[in-house]
Amino acid sequence: MSSPESNAGKLALMLGAILLFCAVVGLILFLASLARGKRADRVTAYLYLAPTLIMLAVGLVYPGLRTIWESFFDAAGKAFIGFGNYETIFTSGDQLTVLGNTVLWVLVTPFVATGVGLLYAILVDKSRFENVAKALIFLPMAISFVGASIIWKFIYEYRPDQGNVKQIGLLNQLLVWVGGSPQQWLVNSPWNTLLLIVVMIWIQAGFAMTVLSAAIKAIPDDIVEAARLDGVTAWGMFRFVTLPAIRPAVVVVLTTIAIGMLKVFDIVRTMTGGQFNTSVIANEFYSQSFRSDNQGLGAALAVVLFLLVIPIVVYNIRQLRRSEAL
Amino acid sequence: MTTTTPATPSVPIATKDISTAEVAKRKLSSPWASLAAIVIAVLWTVPTFGLLVSSFRPERAIKTTGWWTFFSNPTLTLDNYKAVLDAEEGAGLGSYFINSIVITIPSVIIPLALATIAAYAFAWIKFPGRNILFLIIFALQVVPLQVTLIPLLTLYVDAGVANTFWTIWLSHAIFGLPLAIYLLHNFMRDIPASLLEAARVDGAGHVAIFFRVLLPLLRPALAAFGIFQFLWVWNDLLVGLVFGGGGDTIAPITVALANLTGTRGTAWHLLSAGAFVSIVVPVTIFLFLQRYFVRGLLAGSVKG
Repeated sequence: MSSPESNAGKLALMLGAILLFCAVVGLILFLASLARGKRADRVTAYLYLAPTLIMLAVGLVYPGLRTIWESFFDAAGKAFIGFGNYETIFTSGDQLTVLGNTVLWVLVTPFVATGVGLLYAILVDKSRFENVAKALIFLPMAISFVGASIIWKFIYEYRPDQGNVKQIGLLNQLLVWVGGSPQQWLVNSPWNTLLLIVVMIWIQAGFAMTVLSAAIKAIPDDIVEAARLDGVTAWGMFRFVTLPAIRPAVVVVLTTIAIGMLKVFDIVRTMTGGQFNTSVIANEFYSQSFRSDNQGLGAALAVVLFLLVIPIVVYNIRQLRRSEAL
Repeated sequence: MTTTTPATPSVPIATKDISTAEVAKRKLSSPWASLAAIVIAVLWTVPTFGLLVSSFRPERAIKTTGWWTFFSNPTLTLDNYKAVLDAEEGAGLGSYFINSIVITIPSVIIPLALATIAAYAFAWIKFPGRNILFLIIFALQVVPLQVTLIPLLTLYVDAGVANTFWTIWLSHAIFGLPLAIYLLHNFMRDIPASLLEAARVDGAGHVAIFFRVLLPLLRPALAAFGIFQFLWVWNDLLVGLVFGGGGDTIAPITVALANLTGTRGTAWHLLSAGAFVSIVVPVTIFLFLQRYFVRGLLAGSVKG
């Protein structure tokens, strides 16, 4: 399967697809340039928009509506069961655990990641090693969730606590060094969910730091200088100058991370597979849809996800608008 | 108000580049501030470093001793990388790596090109329905892709393209379009209209204006979204998992790694090397194009 010929074939296919796509775009540009007369602009605009609108209608709008419709059907997608699936989500014990975990992700991650990111942004601001220091924290952003999960799974690795067996996971080794006994970190609920959240904090702190650092640097010098001449204390400077000035950015960071947390999937699936009471909505959606073949419940979970995302996104956009207006 | 300010008669010196953070930090008694920064930096670096060191240690050493013992007993090997890439006896990650490349490049180019011409239409051409269409596309950013996956899969099966790269290319392109259009539109609106007017007076059509006037100015915005989308697609698991199937025909490396963690969760010699094979590409891109990436992050991050 993985012979060099098939790899070359794949790359050739890719080049072919890109060329085909360029040809389509070229054709659109050419056709649009032929438009003449009073309606020429209109024709051009619709031609430019045509591929986008078709793709979004077929690939986003229709599937979205279709999923909403299917969420009212049973596991096989045959019998109409009204709000049955939603009832399951909000009453069955397993599903309530899933909802509870999702709430934990959404509440804990944004605040801790933003807190760490803000603290670090302040600490390294204008220091000699600022760029390197920032890159260190920011690098996890470039690593895939799957890669990050493997990195941290190794930290949490557990070896049975017997005679000659040495721990190879850093966390357990640290515990052993201070005289404790090693733990199966990813098995014991509810701590395992918090340890998964740590991975996400590790990834998101860099994002928070970058945005907040940019906001801090945008604070006008004269305000800072005035406050400094007034002899404001460090805490006062942070509380009454920095924080009010970067508040819109903080809100955007918090909400952006929160939206991402609603959809967290990769980390849970890679580290525990949703076992040991760690599942979250997006993981449960995948399991129900593609593993348990419960289409109706899977669809309903996706819709719940959608409904939970909307208010945060709307709030986020309003804040974004406000911060742009400033 | 407070009287604890030490006398600072030499105010003019270097007041220009003093920020709130700096003042806060200076007063936080510097050693503690530095210590805190170092602690955070170490906490953030050690996990990756530990796995990186492990990926070069012999299999037996990884499984019996912690990676920190490497410093007292350093032995290096590339066997793990050979094993994880090799299809015959290892995990065969090599072909998945190729798949990731084949998936990612068109998945960046397609939405980028389509979004550019769409954003141009929205920003610089007046036509009926412009505002409502733009609003709809903007609103589509909130749609989580989970909502679309199963009907989309059915559509692909019906169209006879299931299990081909087209499913993944099209899906990523579709999911990337709303954000791309929004970002590029904002950027295009900032270009002074007089520039375009001048070109139009000279008799340039839309295509000429687009290529000669706009494209050079748009380069930073295109780079920002391009890198954003590149990292997003390269690091994606969900889309690859749903449309990529299990085998190495089209599935990306993230899927192979996730499966490897599931089936051989203690094969750390494979997992560590495999993780770094997948990490090296986005991290390289990130290190070289950090500036654009940051700009992309700052410009908009509500992607669904």
